[in-house]
Amino acid sequence: MGQQSDFAIETTDLTKDFGKTRAVDKVNLTVRTGTVYGFLGPNGAGKTTTIRMLATLVRPDGGTARVFGHDVVREADAVRSRVSLTGQFASLDEDLSGLENLILLGKLLGHTWASAKARGGELLEVFGLAEAAGRQVKKLSGGMRRRLDIAASIVVTPDLLFLDEPTTGLDPRSRNQVWDIVRAIVAGGTTVMLTTQYLDEADHLASRIAVIDRGKIIAEGTSGQLKASIGTGAVHVRLFDPEQRSTAERVLSQALDVPVHMETDPVALSARVTAEPATHEMGERVAHALAELSRSGVAVTDFALGQPSLDEVFLALTGHVAEDHAAVEEKGL
Amino acid sequence: MTTISTAEPRTVDQSLRSALLARSRPSRPSALSASLTFGWRGLLKIKYVPEQLADVIAIPIIFTLMFTYLFGGALAGSPGTYLQFLLPGTLVMTVVLVTMYSGTGLNTDVTTGVFDRFRTMAIWRPAPIVGALFGDVARYLLASILVIALGLVLGFRPTGGVIGVLLAVALILAFAFSLSWVWTVLGLLLRTPNAVMSVSTVTLFPLTLASNVFVDPRTMPGWLQAFVTVNPVTHLVTATRSLMMHGTVAAGQVSWVLLVSVALTGIFAPLTMYLFRNKR
Repeated sequence: MGQQSDFAIETTDLTKDFGKTRAVDKVNLTVRTGTVYGFLGPNGAGKTTTIRMLATLVRPDGGTARVFGHDVVREADAVRSRVSLTGQFASLDEDLSGLENLILLGKLLGHTWASAKARGGELLEVFGLAEAAGRQVKKLSGGMRRRLDIAASIVVTPDLLFLDEPTTGLDPRSRNQVWDIVRAIVAGGTTVMLTTQYLDEADHLASRIAVIDRGKIIAEGTSGQLKASIGTGAVHVRLFDPEQRSTAERVLSQALDVPVHMETDPVALSARVTAEPATHEMGERVAHALAELSRSGVAVTDFALGQPSLDEVFLALTGHVAEDHAAVEEKGL
Repeated sequence: MTTISTAEPRTVDQSLRSALLARSRPSRPSALSASLTFGWRGLLKIKYVPEQLADVIAIPIIFTLMFTYLFGGALAGSPGTYLQFLLPGTLVMTVVLVTMYSGTGLNTDVTTGVFDRFRTMAIWRPAPIVGALFGDVARYLLASILVIALGLVLGFRPTGGVIGVLLAVALILAFAFSLSWVWTVLGLLLRTPNAVMSVSTVTLFPLTLASNVFVDPRTMPGWLQAFVTVNPVTHLVTATRSLMMHGTVAAGQVSWVLLVSVALTGIFAPLTMYLFRNKR
């Protein structure tokens, strides 16, 4: 892993202006080595600009950023030798074939012709891209192109990988493939910084998440912390027998000490519970409620404690929805 | 709705994990090696986009054929005689026209994500552009060979010998390489490849036509002669003619061409690099 460093990324008041617009506004981030860090926000929130500053493509107008302890402006070359970037739009030469792209990058990383070719072949094999070897990139499907793009980023496995919206526009199957690849890359010890507009993507992959809106970080933490920050979780209960619903309601409201809501479905009930004073106590209270239900002889077919979706978190934090189709996709609770 | 991530199919396996073990970086490539790699990339483009070469070569071929047979008799007594005068000129014209693709190519490149990737790599910074120009020079060479071959078929006989021809081509390539830096600046300044193409066409056609490529400028009006005599293309054509037809170095013309080449490179190469570094 080269130089030992606890933090892959540290920024202090990182700022970038484009003309009169402040694209990135005093962003402070710390990303621990070996983790996946999710950078979540709608289009134009400043995610890509932040990544481009960290990847030495754009000079900050204010503040500092360090990657593995190296300043991104003064020690740009040291940063470049540790990172790889997969852009929002395929960072590949569209005119060349898959193998030619990988050989090109291998050569630029210092491989000999033969080893660049061997490495390219190996990566195509591993990523299930054998048919992309001789085909021009522009003739590949979206999913294949994205996988090739990631393969191109690990010709030499970087210590820090920037993935800018890696699954935007992909079908669910391709998206799952990309997720699996990302997990394997992290398991290998690489730190990943991922931007996404998909709330569930950050939820699935990232151990910590920063939410950015209009250039400012408006929340930061684990996905659980972010959800807990808006204060509520939800209990969903389904019964075997609708006749028992009034009993269930009484038992639940006593055990949880909150009002219980009767759903339109005659066997379903739900209740919102607060995470105060602490998250684990909420769990205990809910477990107690389940025990009480079974003691009262209520037959339960489904019992779930859920957190609010990141969509709800985003809405609560910003006062507006993250993005239209993301909001439709995640129906919330 | 607690996070359930069990049912996902495992599409990547042990082989990916082992492929990811390749963490050791080979040593950084030299400036030359990185540039040559980009030059190879440029050559591959010729393979995939051959029409780029074709439409530029079509013009000089048409001009060569048309002028030789249409006007050759009237201008020089016979088409065969005129061809001996014309061909070195169309050779220069071809290569000078092909240079405009340096700008459009770079413009296309810079707007694609692949340049972002190059710029995040620890390589000699000018390598992507210098390398692209290496590839372009190979393209100029190919164009030269095509035009000379056509000439030989039509009856062009370079009496300056092989050495003369080779030196002439070398001089043309040197000038074309330095002229390319003008187009790379345009490629980085302008928004679209089409804009780059228009500006370079508008510049190049007067530059190549208002010269001694087709006729001796002595019959031209004074104001035009004034331009033609300072036009570096005129000097390049004169130098090329004397090398190809007589095997002699026209010292004045050659040094003028080389001086212009050095000046163009000296101004536009650093400007290109400045624009490239600050491209956001």
